[in-house]
Amino acid sequence: MSSTTLTRSLRYAESEVIAYRRTWRGTVITSFVNPVFFLAAMGAGLGTIVDDGTGQALSIPFITFVASGLMAANAMQNGAGDGSFPVMAGILWRKNFHGTVTTPLGPADIMLGRLIWGVGRLIFVLIVFAVIAVLFGALEISEALVAIPPAILTGIAFTTAISAWTLTQKDGRSLSTLFRFLIVPLFLFSGTFFPIRNLPDWIEPVAYVTPLFHGVELVRKFALPGIDESTTMPTWIHIVYLLVMAMIGIYFSIRLLDKRIRQ
Amino acid sequence: MAATTVIRLMTEALVQARGLTKRFGDFTAVDAIDFDIQKGEAFGFLGPNGAGKTSTMKMITTVSPITEGKLTVFGIDPTLDGRSIRQRLGVVPQEDNLDLELTVAENLYIYGRYHDMKKSEINPRIDELLEFAQLSERRDSEVEPLSGGMKRRLTIARALINNPDLIILDEPTTGLDPQARHLLWDRLYRLKREGATLVITTHYMDEAEQLCDRLVVMDQGKIAAEGSPRQLIQRYAPREVVELRFEEGEKDNAVLKMDGLASRSEVLADRVLLYTDDADATQRGLHERGINPEQVLVRRSTLEDVFLRLTGRGLVD
Repeated sequence: MSSTTLTRSLRYAESEVIAYRRTWRGTVITSFVNPVFFLAAMGAGLGTIVDDGTGQALSIPFITFVASGLMAANAMQNGAGDGSFPVMAGILWRKNFHGTVTTPLGPADIMLGRLIWGVGRLIFVLIVFAVIAVLFGALEISEALVAIPPAILTGIAFTTAISAWTLTQKDGRSLSTLFRFLIVPLFLFSGTFFPIRNLPDWIEPVAYVTPLFHGVELVRKFALPGIDESTTMPTWIHIVYLLVMAMIGIYFSIRLLDKRIRQ
Repeated sequence: MAATTVIRLMTEALVQARGLTKRFGDFTAVDAIDFDIQKGEAFGFLGPNGAGKTSTMKMITTVSPITEGKLTVFGIDPTLDGRSIRQRLGVVPQEDNLDLELTVAENLYIYGRYHDMKKSEINPRIDELLEFAQLSERRDSEVEPLSGGMKRRLTIARALINNPDLIILDEPTTGLDPQARHLLWDRLYRLKREGATLVITTHYMDEAEQLCDRLVVMDQGKIAAEGSPRQLIQRYAPREVVELRFEEGEKDNAVLKMDGLASRSEVLADRVLLYTDDADATQRGLHERGINPEQVLVRRSTLEDVFLRLTGRGLVD
């Protein structure tokens, strides 16, 4: 065999890049315009009230707090988006995956190729966000840069886990449910907009087991080390949590795609 | 040593199945079938929906593992090295699965890349294939607005990008209008003339008659008969068919009086078919017995008659 899993995965990623050349305009809204809106509303708008109110709300400006959290939350949303609708399209709506497996490529090449491309897109989206955050004065350039790798890890964990989940779904109806009842609550209650300690005591442990909490914490521990708002949980726990989630996601997405195609 | 190798290569079928079986739980989709597909022939699988044709194709394309029996494609066992088989296959699936986010040419390009071809090899091949599929003018257009016939031709072109040794077409013309079908048949004919090996599944009799050198009739997972279209017609159907249509309510009565008029008869919902070697004699007999159908049609036997004979029921279209 002349080809390896890596070269075959890259071939698949190449087809995604070609498709993206045609569809990138549509994604500019989510990757560029949304962050601007959020930073403007939350940081510049709401932040003014928060910071001026008691004066003691946070140890850092509210916009800095929110921008760092949004790095991870943004990665989650992009990862979840990438792992849901395009996967359902490939297996059910457009059936591209069924065609691809009649070529030398197999299910593992498809899923790994999607992941390679997904990481590329995350890098792009997060750099755009980082630049905007710097322009808003929310983050220093150095802070924004170190925030990117942990945010990418967060995005990978979500894209792989949600790819696997999508492959367990019969049709696309459950996909919007996923966003409504999982992604949106995670977005709101994982420490992106306020520290977890501000939640009622009984709900705090719930937040600790959710994946975005670990993404947000990891980004802040990298970009804004030592701030009061971070938990005392060791950094490695966040990394291990997200890595394990990603590996389980990769393993099951390949297995489930294989099973679904072969039936 | 060299001589025996040559002989082996010449006699070995491209696809060989022995006792090939596919089960889904309790349901047996393909039930211990044997067949050989030789290099350069157009081999057909004819049968109604659910006969096991697509399951057989999926096993040949290595997408679906075999449950039992033996299958080799190019002499390779698909369970051991499916990838090497797929490297040399061109597959036209039953449902179009073109990439709608890509242009016509890009759809061909990515499949060339999946087959590990270099860009410099792929580009001239794309020109050639678009010409062949009569899509050169749509080269840079999106796939979505193409007609059904164009999408099918593009799917066939995509299957040819790697110069496959074996081309698998699963119901290539299902759902196309007659004009689009004829254009597609013309293209497939060209491939045949150029020496390609084709495997075609279809539930259209005329398609099997037009395109296949040899075919098997499948029914409920089994092979009911095998041969060339001509052979099958000769073997299973008398030369001529007299088709009778009756007025409302008269059919059953007439059928009772037909005994012995034909070598075999088939009573369908809308008409009665009489299989005979002498249509004139049969018609005279009808007249003598006072049977007066509303409409009489005499025609030569076709594969459809073979099919009715073998399966005892009409095709499910």
